[in-house]
Amino acid sequence: MQSNIAIQMKNISKTFGVIKANEDVNLTVLNGEVHALLGENGAGKSTLMNMLSGIYSPDSGSIFIQGQRVRFNSPKDSIALGIGMVHQHFKLVDVLTAKENMILGQKGSFFTKGKELSTNVKEISDQYGLDINPDKKVYEMSVGEKQTLEIIKVLYRGATVLIMDEPTAVLTPQEIKKLFNIIRNMKEQGCAVVIITHKLNEVMEISDRITVLRKGKSIATVETDKVDISNLIEMMVGKKVDLAIEKKIIENKKPLMEVDGIHVINSDKKVALENISFTLSGGELLGVAGVAGSGQKELCETIAGLTHADKGRIFFEGDNIIGRTPRDIIRLGIRMGFIPEDRLGMGLVGAMDIVHNIILKDYQNQPGIFLKRAECAKKATKIVEKLDIQTPSIHSPVKKLSGGNIQKVLLGREIDSDPKVLITAYPVRGLDIGASYKIYDLLNEQKANGVGVLFIGEDLDVLIDLCDRIMVLCHGKITGIVDPSKVTKEEIGLLMTGGSIGQEADA
Amino acid sequence: MIKITKRAELPKTQEALINAAAIIFSIVCAGLVILILGYNPIKIFHQIIVGALGTEMRIQQTIIKAIPLLITSLGIAIAFKMKFWNIGGEGQIMMGAFGASLVALNIPSTVPSVIALPAMAGAAIIFGGLWAFIPAFFKAKMGTNETIFTLMMNYISIKWVTYLQYGPWKDPVSQGFPKIANFEANAILPSLFGVHIGWIIALVLVVIVYIFMNHTKKGFEIAVVGQSLETARYAGMNINAVIITAMLVSGGLCGLAGMIQASAIERTLTRALSGGYGFTAIITTWLGRLSPPIIMFVCFAFAILIQGGAYLQIALLVPAAVADMIQGVILFFVLGSEFFLMYKVGFERKSAKKEVA
Repeated sequence: MQSNIAIQMKNISKTFGVIKANEDVNLTVLNGEVHALLGENGAGKSTLMNMLSGIYSPDSGSIFIQGQRVRFNSPKDSIALGIGMVHQHFKLVDVLTAKENMILGQKGSFFTKGKELSTNVKEISDQYGLDINPDKKVYEMSVGEKQTLEIIKVLYRGATVLIMDEPTAVLTPQEIKKLFNIIRNMKEQGCAVVIITHKLNEVMEISDRITVLRKGKSIATVETDKVDISNLIEMMVGKKVDLAIEKKIIENKKPLMEVDGIHVINSDKKVALENISFTLSGGELLGVAGVAGSGQKELCETIAGLTHADKGRIFFEGDNIIGRTPRDIIRLGIRMGFIPEDRLGMGLVGAMDIVHNIILKDYQNQPGIFLKRAECAKKATKIVEKLDIQTPSIHSPVKKLSGGNIQKVLLGREIDSDPKVLITAYPVRGLDIGASYKIYDLLNEQKANGVGVLFIGEDLDVLIDLCDRIMVLCHGKITGIVDPSKVTKEEIGLLMTGGSIGQEADA
Repeated sequence: MIKITKRAELPKTQEALINAAAIIFSIVCAGLVILILGYNPIKIFHQIIVGALGTEMRIQQTIIKAIPLLITSLGIAIAFKMKFWNIGGEGQIMMGAFGASLVALNIPSTVPSVIALPAMAGAAIIFGGLWAFIPAFFKAKMGTNETIFTLMMNYISIKWVTYLQYGPWKDPVSQGFPKIANFEANAILPSLFGVHIGWIIALVLVVIVYIFMNHTKKGFEIAVVGQSLETARYAGMNINAVIITAMLVSGGLCGLAGMIQASAIERTLTRALSGGYGFTAIITTWLGRLSPPIIMFVCFAFAILIQGGAYLQIALLVPAAVADMIQGVILFFVLGSEFFLMYKVGFERKSAKKEVA
């Protein structure tokens, strides 16, 4: 039994300033098991894994790898002991090929041995059932391929313990299935896999055991087949949470915005959107599904007036808004909140406080040349209270807040302006369950007020539960607008990759 | 084995402590260099202070040095707030002085000062602003690198003034000596308490720039553009317009500094007029953390170094370059201390220590 333990982390504590990120955390991962690490945002999962991969070192506590006590001073030490991390955001060089990416930063001879490397890659691929072309350049790869490459990269460096941070966040249902097969293969080969995720049904599907963290402490380690999702949520949140997403159907919806034949060529001279036409009604929640980079961003930006449409019209309350300035469109009551991957890049200024971030969309309507902070401070207080934003004060810089609170600031600001159309892209990106449900509630509330909501989402389960209709994008084209009550997740997945539901039915 | 880790958050007191340590280190280090050069550092430092603040006249001279430095720094601060690295202060000062001279040399001496001086200041602001507008325009429209662009513009402006001085504007009555005609009395700034009224202008500008940067919509837009272009775009700001306005103001202030130098100090236009203030102002602006009140104090401290350095040369026959060197060392240490504000450095005995459990 003793020899079967791959990783043991004992009484690990780590503080950052006054924040206790980890407090007496215990984690034991066995060889040949898939171990899920669960916890809300800020529960300390990333901190714990960063200590395991040598990025941080613990203030106290000890780490044992295959029974040996270790201390890491840098990620190199951790890699040398067979621990590999697959990050949520791929760390690959776009212009290099798969195998060139694998040997980056590796010790070795000055010249790269192309052939030998290709053979190695093939060996690893065969062993774990991975499928990759070693000579393909990264920029030509799909998201799924990039992830496969990340995994091979880690295995090539001799990893026997694999840590995966939110590996399914960017994948289609089909790609997720493939990934799970890979994980199962690795497990059979005796590797230990630690997987960090928010998606509980995936945890139930793939993991053998689960460790739950809450507020920096390890709450429990359980065997997956002895618990159900509601138990897990209770452990994560500390109380029972109602899981059902509410969907109210609003009667007598009136068309609010009509998008008619939009074409957009992006800055790389590629077609980003092609012949996009749809109608959004007041009191409707229209979901947009699609693999990342299918034209979601361009769609949002075109409606908001930030990207030039080469063809097509967008009618809002009877007027064509194409060609209007972003400022005019904001004044018309069309508001957009886009949560980029780093959560801050667009929409918010990280170094500024909540008040100034709220002023950002208001100041242009203020008369005179001076900024009027007082009203915005009141508004900030109101939003903080209403959305229950956890912050030391309305004057602390937003980048110091946790991801969920940052997103609440952004969404709170857009909602507070009483929009007529609300475009929200990835509003729950990286959020934990409690915060996500809060945001779904807010969107539903807006819908009930007669706002037309365009919801660009990642999680198909949520899109199906929440939206009145789902529009699927693939390579900038609409491959279908479906009624979520009449399709399955797999069917939407097919549309996302350019297939059609009809083909599925024939097959 | 030295180990470097990122700091999470630093209390304000500790931050101030690190900054103070940087200044002390820089003085010690500068002292060592002075020692190597064969002088007594304590005596040198003492003489710098004596030379800058020892008598009423020296204090006046120090203030005179601080005025152009402060006004230029305020201008640069606006550009830096936007992360637009305007290192063309030198050229903007020159072009401002050129604009002021254009007015001063062409109006009749009968025009009263109350009209002549504001007209000169206006011309200086416009010329300095336009000189900064050129790189701003190309940055906004074509994404050119403003650092190289503004730097190169310095040399053009200096050569332009040199050309005027040796060519078309050469004073015919100077008996062949290459100099531009002196301004008439109506184009000279009056004095108050023994120092030309540039000091009042500078102090008023500290307040105005502070309000502009912290309490106006434009100032807010400049800060947002500096922090995140994407956010500014998403908030519906016209980014190009913000860049261009900010640079017009930035260059305009530098130009005004040029007018003050031309009118009150040189009483004409010369090719040496900018005197390096445009470059020193980069240091003072940065050390002042882009905050007008702090910049004011830093500029005064640097003026002490400049004035004290000049005194060293006369009184002790020590090259004034010693003072320049001290400036450089201070900047080096203060910028270097940023690293310690962001990272924690510790020592580890071994890498990857393995212990048997």
